[in-house]
Amino acid sequence: MSEAAGALREPWHSLSRQREAAAFGIWLFLASELLFFGGMLLCYAVCRYSHPQGFLEAARQTNIVFGTVNTLTLLTSSFCMAIASESGKSGLRRLAIGGLAGTLMLGFVFLVIKGLEYRDDISQHLVPGAGFALPQLGAQLFFSLYWMMTGVHALHLTVGMIIIARLVLVGIRRELPLTSPEIQVTALYWHLVDIIWIILYPLLYLGGRA
Amino acid sequence: MSGATILVRPLTPVPESGNYLTAGRTIWSWLTSTDHKRIAILYAISITVFFFIGAAAIAVIRFELLTPTGQYISDDTYNKLFTLHGVVMVWFFLIPSIPNTFGNFLLPLMIGAPDVAFPRLNLFSWYLNIAGGLFTLYAVIAGGVDTGWTFYTPFSTMFSNSHVLAAAAGVFVAGFSSIATGVNFIATIHMLRTEGMSWMRLPLFVWSLYATSLVLILATPVLAVTLLLIVAERWLGLPIFDPAHGGDPLLFQHLFWFYSHPAVYIMILPAMGVVTEVITCFARRRVFGYDFMVYALVAIAGIGFFVWGHHMFVSGQSPYASLVFSFLSFVVAVPSAIKVFNWTATLYRGSVSFEAPMLYALGFIGLFAIGGSTGLFLASIPVDIQVHDTYFVIAHFHYIMVGGSVSAFFAALHYWWPKITGKLYDEAWARFAAILMFFGFNFTFFPQFVLGYLGNPRRYHVYPPQFQVFHVMSSTGASVLAAAYLLPPIYLIWSMRWGRAAGDNPWGATGLEWRTSSPPPLHNFLNPPKVEQQPYAYHPEGRGPVPGSRTPYRTQDQPS
Repeated sequence: MSEAAGALREPWHSLSRQREAAAFGIWLFLASELLFFGGMLLCYAVCRYSHPQGFLEAARQTNIVFGTVNTLTLLTSSFCMAIASESGKSGLRRLAIGGLAGTLMLGFVFLVIKGLEYRDDISQHLVPGAGFALPQLGAQLFFSLYWMMTGVHALHLTVGMIIIARLVLVGIRRELPLTSPEIQVTALYWHLVDIIWIILYPLLYLGGRA
Repeated sequence: MSGATILVRPLTPVPESGNYLTAGRTIWSWLTSTDHKRIAILYAISITVFFFIGAAAIAVIRFELLTPTGQYISDDTYNKLFTLHGVVMVWFFLIPSIPNTFGNFLLPLMIGAPDVAFPRLNLFSWYLNIAGGLFTLYAVIAGGVDTGWTFYTPFSTMFSNSHVLAAAAGVFVAGFSSIATGVNFIATIHMLRTEGMSWMRLPLFVWSLYATSLVLILATPVLAVTLLLIVAERWLGLPIFDPAHGGDPLLFQHLFWFYSHPAVYIMILPAMGVVTEVITCFARRRVFGYDFMVYALVAIAGIGFFVWGHHMFVSGQSPYASLVFSFLSFVVAVPSAIKVFNWTATLYRGSVSFEAPMLYALGFIGLFAIGGSTGLFLASIPVDIQVHDTYFVIAHFHYIMVGGSVSAFFAALHYWWPKITGKLYDEAWARFAAILMFFGFNFTFFPQFVLGYLGNPRRYHVYPPQFQVFHVMSSTGASVLAAAYLLPPIYLIWSMRWGRAAGDNPWGATGLEWRTSSPPPLHNFLNPPKVEQQPYAYHPEGRGPVPGSRTPYRTQDQPS
């Protein structure tokens, strides 16, 4: 029970109540995140409606191999995260830390692949501005949104990785009580980042390829 | 019989145990405190600073507008000053004003909790707010921003030569402070209500914070992403709203107003909550139609999300869209009117007294009624086309935001000052300031309705000479208003040093916040209170208040 006491914070009197509140709080934050990405998705919808041809032409230029491998990577990382979260609740320390470390590694793989893809995009002149590769009206809008949406997503992923890295570190040093709601809350956040990607993947990679 | 002599277990701790103000005396102890009461004070100080910055900007403008020609400042400076006024007043004063000061201070006290759900997040949100404010101030010092607070494209992304990026970054960061506060408040209300505090026993101020927080969480992120896209287009050259690449500037307006119309409700809903608490206390009557007051708050927050298009009637949006937005804008007036009628009905046959908080609250009802009904002028498309982007709009929203929110802010300040500091201010000065503020406000803004109706557009540095008389009236009123704003800081700070001790419950109010000492101890209550009552049992049900009596029939922790 000493572990439970370590996880308890002001102003709570019981750990279960605290965990409930942490999960509830993060759900509220995720709702807010959905609207954040929702703004960009709305821009995508409006611009695609105005320029269907330009959007399909542009979507054909994204790198589907990198995109698909990254989708698989991220889904697997979410699986690791779910293992970490559930084993944390059941008190399985090694498995929990292993799951977190796996998530962290796959997150890193995702960012590396994303970096390679960005390099590829830049060499193919897919950055809007002077010298942009595609002439169609709307193609630049597509790539503006491509860079913004994947960039903001990668930023969210990086924030998640920093949080997970900290959890792994304090977990190894046995300073993290497994009962702490931090693992579950981080897991919820990580899954959101994953879900956002599942929406971005078809919008950015599958258009114009049917 | 008044029935006020029932004995309950004392919730008040022994005074020797100290209070939140004496819990640490260094500045560091304030800057690192996670106590919601101290964070409220931090917010109070920072928004006061921002308020006077925003006020200074408009003071220069009102001085300049005494004459039809531009004399003292350049057109550019004029644009930068009204932008500064708007940005600072909206995001660094009005949005955080009541929720982050009085909401932070009172929410846990009113529901009998020791603190908010996430105390460290609460402190973090203050630092975010300050960081955002510093970005914005940097934009000012570096040379200013001239886009207006609305950041409309393509001007903001392509043509403006001012510091748009820093200002947008400031508002972006402050937005996350809003979201953190919203999350904290909703989690607190859901998870930390004391025993017996069921949903329909919540004080209406708490309900108003709940509705406000919903808007904060769901609207603010859309503003954040919109500003991010502005930064991307201006700084990184990624076209999104640029018509040359097929983008749509109207899309920006939709996204902007999807936040900024609900933001009006972020400003007015907490004000409504404050006014309800004050009216019921000084009328000594139960709030008329408590249930409908709750439904109205939630309805305003909900419907408020679907009326943004009334800012765009002349933008060229589809007339069918305008029709729907016009209809919904009329619909949102219904719950607002319910609240006005219920406040009035609460006063009916009350034992009304006119202390300073009550004067501010009564002023609120009148000014909000004018601001609200002129909102209906603007919701109706043909009238809006005549007065769009004129001083009529300026007058309308200042009646809501200044006549409404700022009056309520001062009502709250005077009503809870004894609780916050433990001291009583000078009542005569306070009443004088309240009355002066009411007259100064009307003197400033009523002429602007006329100006706008006659066709004087907003945001213009110069104007035709026939409008001068109204501008002179308005500027004269503004100086009266400025005097009324400068008075309270003087006598309130005076009271902290020389004021009489307030006692736990100087107004004879019923809420839990009055059942602990003034100022409250560090953890609010020595024993967690147990709620037995509706929040406003000022008199027995079925019988009116006893004339002249200031003792409540039952406080919220007393059984019926």
